[in-house]
Amino acid sequence: MERLADYIVYNLPFLQQIPRVIVDLIIMLFFATCMLLFWVALFAGITSWVERRVAGRIQSRIGPNRVGPQGFLQWIADGLKCFLKEDFVPAAADKKLFLLAPYIVFAGMFAVFVVVPFGDGLIISNLNIGIFYVLAISSLVVVGILMSGWSSNNKWSLLGGMRSAAQIVSYEIPVSLAILPVILLTGSLGMQDIIRAQGPYPWQWFAFHNPFTFIAFFIFFIGALAEGNRTPFDIPEAESELVAGYNTEYSGMRFVFFFFAEWANLYIIAALTVTLFLGGWNTPAHLYTNLFGLLHRSVDVAGTFVFILKSLFLVFVIIWIRWTLPRLRVDQMMDVCWKYFVPFSFANIVGTIIWMVLADAAPVLGYVRYILFVVGLMVPLAIAMKITRNFRLAKSEIHLNPFI
Amino acid sequence: MTEFITEEMTLNMGPQHPSTHGVLRFQLTSDGEVIHSVKPDVGYLHRSIEKIAEKVTYHGFMPYTDRVDYVAAMNSNFAWALTVEKLGGYQVPERAEYLRVIAAELNRISSHLIMLGVMAMDIGAVTPFPYFLRERETINDLLEELCGARLTYNYIRIGGVSSDLPDGFRDRALRFLDHFEPIIDEFNRLITYNEIFVNRLANIVIIPREQAIAWALVGPNLRASGVKWDLRKDEPYSIYPQVEFDIPVGKGEVGTVGDCFDRFIVRVDEMRESSKIIRQCLDKMPEGEIQSKLPRQLKPPKGEVYVRSESARGEMGYYLVSNGGLNPERVKIRTGSFSAMAIMEEVSKGIMIADMVALISSLDVIAPEIDR
Amino acid sequence: MLAASKYAPVVLLFVIALAIPVLMIGIATIVGPRRLGVKKKVPFECGTEPIGDTRKRFSVRFFLVALLFIVFDVEAVFIFPWAVLFRQLGLFGFIEMAVFLFILILGLVYVWKKGALEWE
Repeated sequence: MERLADYIVYNLPFLQQIPRVIVDLIIMLFFATCMLLFWVALFAGITSWVERRVAGRIQSRIGPNRVGPQGFLQWIADGLKCFLKEDFVPAAADKKLFLLAPYIVFAGMFAVFVVVPFGDGLIISNLNIGIFYVLAISSLVVVGILMSGWSSNNKWSLLGGMRSAAQIVSYEIPVSLAILPVILLTGSLGMQDIIRAQGPYPWQWFAFHNPFTFIAFFIFFIGALAEGNRTPFDIPEAESELVAGYNTEYSGMRFVFFFFAEWANLYIIAALTVTLFLGGWNTPAHLYTNLFGLLHRSVDVAGTFVFILKSLFLVFVIIWIRWTLPRLRVDQMMDVCWKYFVPFSFANIVGTIIWMVLADAAPVLGYVRYILFVVGLMVPLAIAMKITRNFRLAKSEIHLNPFI
Repeated sequence: MTEFITEEMTLNMGPQHPSTHGVLRFQLTSDGEVIHSVKPDVGYLHRSIEKIAEKVTYHGFMPYTDRVDYVAAMNSNFAWALTVEKLGGYQVPERAEYLRVIAAELNRISSHLIMLGVMAMDIGAVTPFPYFLRERETINDLLEELCGARLTYNYIRIGGVSSDLPDGFRDRALRFLDHFEPIIDEFNRLITYNEIFVNRLANIVIIPREQAIAWALVGPNLRASGVKWDLRKDEPYSIYPQVEFDIPVGKGEVGTVGDCFDRFIVRVDEMRESSKIIRQCLDKMPEGEIQSKLPRQLKPPKGEVYVRSESARGEMGYYLVSNGGLNPERVKIRTGSFSAMAIMEEVSKGIMIADMVALISSLDVIAPEIDR
Repeated sequence: MLAASKYAPVVLLFVIALAIPVLMIGIATIVGPRRLGVKKKVPFECGTEPIGDTRKRFSVRFFLVALLFIVFDVEAVFIFPWAVLFRQLGLFGFIEMAVFLFILILGLVYVWKKGALEWE
């Protein structure tokens, strides 16, 4: 790294006028971002394969299995195919906006990764406005989608763009309001501070902190699904209604970037939920550092591992939801947002304040988190029981192995 | 909030649209999401089957009837055979009648399976579709054993059927039915009573009883509006009087009678009844001939006849005029999908685009059947 | 300086996030075919000639949603800094925000009653 920096500075004389520390910093950051891009690209690609395989299993079929082992290289093949497609602009389209839209969608999505905390210290920039930055920058995606929908000069695209914009901006409100209880409890907007305020064990997570954060967790997760245009809120891309939604007229690489953003967004939804409500990278570090003393550095690795594992589980849940539920209608989507989520989020804020005041007075309320944890545990248990019941009633052969 | 005025937008829904089930076109005028008017535009799949009928023999027209409604080709075959038999007064052996009903009911199940799967997909649930089609595959296999084809069967012949049951067909059919009947409950658990699905369909595009009759809706669409009218019961033909089955009607289980959900659930229940009919037929089937002796070149007497029968999409009628020659003089086919298209304009004012999609699929229109 | 260095990655990331698509789309344009046709350039409207213009005054419904968004999102922005400093602000801050939230919720009730949340 050092030698590379030397080499770059040597060859670009104007850099020599800038203090060396900053140059080093920039070069380091550059590589960090490249690494991140690599991770995002890899994630988006592999998720597209995973999603299709999971969908295959859910739908009692196999899914892509031709390219590479178990079809694993399918996403590379798809990407290469799109490279060889024509970059196409419809005649009546607003050319500038049409060409610009994918960049904006992609940049808006990608910039969020600056504050995604992969581990203790493993964050590109620990901005002190962390979560606020996410809310602000992710709104760029709406602009991009509206641009693509409007500029295509296609009525289906326009409808898709409009639906998407209406949906994303509407759900922005319950989502940001659902974050507030967490901010109230943490007293900081920084991502790392939010994670540090929680603990490694589930009952220390904000999701189970008090009844209001418990509700906020669900509002946030569902609202984030809607912001990511995922089923049951895939109204902007409803293929049976709008053909393909706002990206109807796009082809080749430009189309790929829309999908790239969509899949990367999947990870953002999961990572933010984990950060805010599910304990982030917290691991019971004190246990094994005390035990072995030596393994101190491994704590970071374990934390990152835990964080990614949690997010991947949520990603799986999102995929699962997508292939299970039908789609809401646009007015139902609005009803859910404005008539249920927004009032509930307001109530959550007020409730959290009252809770904080009460908890200061009566520490016994701290035990509520254990109850909530048990309640939270009931949700997956209930789902598991329903699934086993369905399995029993179906009496058909069940293949749980995802590989053939 | 009517004080705001926006310009209407004219949208072409179809012919190449994912939810128009073939090549079908609707010209919508809408204000954003809300549809103001719908103009169905049919004819993209017109293959002049009625005109072809005038150029081919009576036997020779049978394969064309497959193409009238390729999703329920067996029922279409059946209707044509009934028509010519009635005009010519030809007899059909009893075993052949049973075989016809078995084949037609199997085909009715497979047709409903497609409709239900596609409707779920139009509502946004992609997963049920492969499950419905998986069951349909088994039916296709059975029908392939029976007649060698999986889609356009050409199985029912004038005066009988083309082939007898293959060895072991009865066991395989029974095994399928044993497997299939619980699967219907599984479908209900999978999609029918899903909260979102119910919300998308309940109280959407209600077609009341009177309106359904006035616009000549037929078959399951009519029954969903609460009219207990099934030609298999009310104008019995073939051996339907000898089997026991119920006619499911729309009950407004989650909404109002005649809404989209009723049109969905009526077909689900009809599959159960069809399965019942097949079981009885397999039990009661006598031994004997499967094809009565008819001349190779059929010349029904001069005259005209209209025969209707209950296809998967409701009443399918063949109007046949014969001049005593080798070819029919005129054939007119009346299909359920065509009359369903007529009501479209009337009922779709003020609904949303997403409801429109639900309406099209709930009426179970098949583009080739509309245009013929 | 410290603050600036914290935001340097944001700028860098933006540059990279723009550079990558430019590069990849650029390659795709060079590698990909280019076969133009008149019919091909017609916007997709299910295979028929589009009737009427796309860029009309669009449904006011979506505009209302945008207005509501602006109102509520701007308010939410005000709540954020308060939430961070909630402990320090004490009772005064709490009452201030209670009044603010009350007005905001009143606004929600108003648009609800007015029917702005209904689609038809």
